[in-house]
Amino acid sequence: MIGVILAIIILPLAAGIACFLTPARAAAGITIGSGIACFGLVLALIPSVTHGTLDYLTYLRADAVSEVFLLATGFLYAAVGVYAAGYMKGRTDRYARRFYLGFNVFAWAMLAAPLMGSLALLWIAVEVTTVVSALLVAIEDTDGAAEASWKYVLIASAGLGLGLLATIFAYYAGAQVLGAHSNLAIQPLISAGPRLPKTPVELAFLLAVLGYGTKVGLVPVHTWLPDAHSEAPTPVSALLSGALLATSFYAILRFYQVASAALGTGIPGDTLLAFGVASLLLASLYVFGQRDVKRLLAYSSVEHMGILAIGVSFGAPVALAGVLLHVMAHAAAKGNAFMGAGVFTVKYGTKQMSAMRDGLRLLPWSGPLFLLAVFALSALPPFGIFRSEFEIVAGGLSSGSAAAAAVLVVLVTVAFFGLTASATSMLLTAPPVTALPADPSADGEQQAAVGGRPPERPDGAHADLTAVAVRTSAGASRTLAPGEPSAWMVVPVLAGLAVLVLLGVHPPGELTNLITHAVAQLRGTP
Amino acid sequence: MNAALLALGGKTPGQAPGVYQGAADVIAALMLLLEFGMLRQALVRDQVRLYAVQSALISVLAVVIAADRGLPDLYALAGLSAALKVVAVPLVLRRLLGAPADEETPGVAGSYTLSPASAVLACIGLAAFGFFCFGNLGIHSAEAPALALAIAAAMMFVAFGLMIVRRDVASQAIGFFSLENAISLAALVVASGLPLLLETAFLFDLLLAVVVFAMLIRAHHARAESLSTADLTRLRG
Repeated sequence: MIGVILAIIILPLAAGIACFLTPARAAAGITIGSGIACFGLVLALIPSVTHGTLDYLTYLRADAVSEVFLLATGFLYAAVGVYAAGYMKGRTDRYARRFYLGFNVFAWAMLAAPLMGSLALLWIAVEVTTVVSALLVAIEDTDGAAEASWKYVLIASAGLGLGLLATIFAYYAGAQVLGAHSNLAIQPLISAGPRLPKTPVELAFLLAVLGYGTKVGLVPVHTWLPDAHSEAPTPVSALLSGALLATSFYAILRFYQVASAALGTGIPGDTLLAFGVASLLLASLYVFGQRDVKRLLAYSSVEHMGILAIGVSFGAPVALAGVLLHVMAHAAAKGNAFMGAGVFTVKYGTKQMSAMRDGLRLLPWSGPLFLLAVFALSALPPFGIFRSEFEIVAGGLSSGSAAAAAVLVVLVTVAFFGLTASATSMLLTAPPVTALPADPSADGEQQAAVGGRPPERPDGAHADLTAVAVRTSAGASRTLAPGEPSAWMVVPVLAGLAVLVLLGVHPPGELTNLITHAVAQLRGTP
Repeated sequence: MNAALLALGGKTPGQAPGVYQGAADVIAALMLLLEFGMLRQALVRDQVRLYAVQSALISVLAVVIAADRGLPDLYALAGLSAALKVVAVPLVLRRLLGAPADEETPGVAGSYTLSPASAVLACIGLAAFGFFCFGNLGIHSAEAPALALAIAAAMMFVAFGLMIVRRDVASQAIGFFSLENAISLAALVVASGLPLLLETAFLFDLLLAVVVFAMLIRAHHARAESLSTADLTRLRG
């Protein structure tokens, strides 16, 4: 299996370099191939990690917990790689090659992080995700992108500085038991848990939650997240939200394992509960009143990261199983939602939801798929997030945290109303009918009032009953006819929908086994 | 207060610190003073110089620890750290900011959100908070002088303060790099046995961060014709 692990680590990096050296069309093909191959390799790891931990020289390591995060990232890398082929249509060759270089290197860093065998290497991998994704956020070269990327790199790097400090204190704690030449390998630290000195472990865990929590988007250190998600190219937004946040949460989970082995679940659980509830509360309120569709989804990401933190804080096996399922289901749902939002922004030429109307008719595939993605994010059955949140709440009730579970249910319901209100206004609200143009002989479609249907002809018929006029973000009016911008932007969303239904209705036996093993590892009872 | 400081130093009254502990404490104190210097300097060029001196002190401390404890890895780390932080990073920053015209770099001088005096006073408060919080944690041993660790914590708080009170991208970047210096100081006193491979990887990672910071600073400067972040207020809510 070392070959598979090495292939997962090498392939996206090699693909990134190859993309930079080839024309855009070839780069798209290389990215798709690399994404699908990596997902296949990640799937091939499932049987091995279900039977035990794979450990190579303590530097590379794969177990059931890391496999869950690899599955989420691997699936999104493949799906968004396909989507990007459609999204990049019309871009310059230079832009496309830079984009694909960054995209593949970003995926490489996110796939490498869960495979790192030590907390130090894990920190390095997460830091690499920051520097690469900051450049991807800036790639659009707009005022908004420049502002978002600067805020992102500064806040996330400062947060990861605290993550590094957490790593150093973890080393200090480990060195007291394992000796000065301990290399921060994860398994020895967990095994030494009960003998580790308490204060450095407490400090390391708190700093890890605060530091890596900055990358996860936990309130109050989430402020970079809505900006970066909204200003990045949509394929990058999908990876940021579905994979990067989870990868950073994986780092917190590793510290949680060490801390709970040393301190019990009390302090680590309470810390995560506080951050989780704060994140869920703020995000569920902020989804109301958002005008930018990508910012709306970004706050939904904060909400879901809060749910993960709360789920871990419950500590019950069923809640932890729910958390791990949630990681995968959220990756698929948020990937779908961002990919759908990207189709809307391409179609309407704006990210403002007020300018997006009649989406269900104008986007016959992406409209319904976006609505289903929002339903999935809102934890409606039969999607995977319904199952995962149900398990988390059941775990909260069974572990005596009924109040926290009730808060979770209430706030998730609040977020549901915010998300669905925005989505349905984009999809179902018909644009206002507008007045006749002054000169019917002129280009009727172009003269249509902004936000309205095309004007009627003198004989009472519409010039084009299916077309709708909208105003773009640049202030110009555009007339839109029903149709999808690209089939490449629909196919991966269908795949995501299939995954969501599969996870919600009947998760495969291999996956259930994997999650069972991962839960045992998180609880220290392998 | 005196008793608390003695406890931080891990000594009983009348006991002199050893060479290593004394050197670590003095170097840490000098680094903290340089951090305040960076906070106070109005010109980027001077901030970069202070950063280089602060980074050189880190390398000196690494050499002292290597000699005191017989850790040859740390000599290599000191050399690498000096090459990167004393030479490469300041060089990149000077090139980026156009050293000869530094005095006129728009958007840097006067980029305080507080007055300079208020900023220094606020950061003294932050430094005291960090110093006593970390000093009272009881994390110390023969290898880890608690006083140097507490000063490293104070430095971290001042570095955060620097990033907050200065509204220009250059000062904020230098604030981040000096935050990394504070963490390096903490790592040297708490985790000097960390394998060289990992320490080198941390430094390589810093180099990567410097390159990205530099690219974003250049992009911001080209777009706004200023280093000020005062106009980065478009994205809200």
